[in-house]
Amino acid sequence: MKNEMTLAFDSISQNEGFARVAVAAFVTQLNPTLEEVADIKTAVSEAVTNAIIHGYPDGVHTIILRAVLRDRTVELWISDEGVGMEDVKKAMEPLYTSRPELERSGMGFMFMEAFMDLVQVESAPGIGTTVYMKKTIGEVKQGG
Amino acid sequence: MRLLERRGERLIVHLPVELDHHCTEELRREIDRILEKEPVSELEFDFSGTIFMDSAGVGMILGRYKIMRALDGRMLVSHMGAQIRRIMTLSGIQNHIPLEKEEAL
Repeated sequence: MKNEMTLAFDSISQNEGFARVAVAAFVTQLNPTLEEVADIKTAVSEAVTNAIIHGYPDGVHTIILRAVLRDRTVELWISDEGVGMEDVKKAMEPLYTSRPELERSGMGFMFMEAFMDLVQVESAPGIGTTVYMKKTIGEVKQGG
Repeated sequence: MRLLERRGERLIVHLPVELDHHCTEELRREIDRILEKEPVSELEFDFSGTIFMDSAGVGMILGRYKIMRALDGRMLVSHMGAQIRRIMTLSGIQNHIPLEKEEAL
């Protein structure tokens, strides 16, 4: 089975809730557990919030969210055409934040990595950022 | 529903259904406004109505913890559900913040 959807929405904070609920509804086709749904919602929320705060710090622009279901696997791409990052590795370090004045905890990528099987970030200054995440539903975790 | 409730020197924050970046902005301002001008020795975050929290919620709680520590006060959390508990554990908050034991209903 393959099923795909793409959403384009404004980079305003109201859409953080919209994005995670939309993805949660889409993945119900895979019969995920409540915990798996919560994992995916958290990961989506983190990526979309990053796009709003860090990708587009000035003004409202478009965020693209693409989701592909293939057999028992969900793949997500969350993309902005915002400021991008010079150093992706640094941004992904636990507790690192470029915006401490906003009381960001620096745990966004940590949560994405904890809740999804795979997280990859592609970014370039002035071009934008895409966060790719993948998770297989119904998989018994090895060693927690 | 009132999100903020004063009970003597305790300020109880009845957190919203979903604690994300969108709602932490305003909540943070409201809490800090009270902490600035009124005597609060205990700050309680009540999660009984909350089913979702992400790192923005963690940041908001950590920030309020720093304020309470500066005020020589204490902080506690109550009625955490499964998702909230996982986020709390993963964030390591419990290791850094001596959150008071969860209160009984």
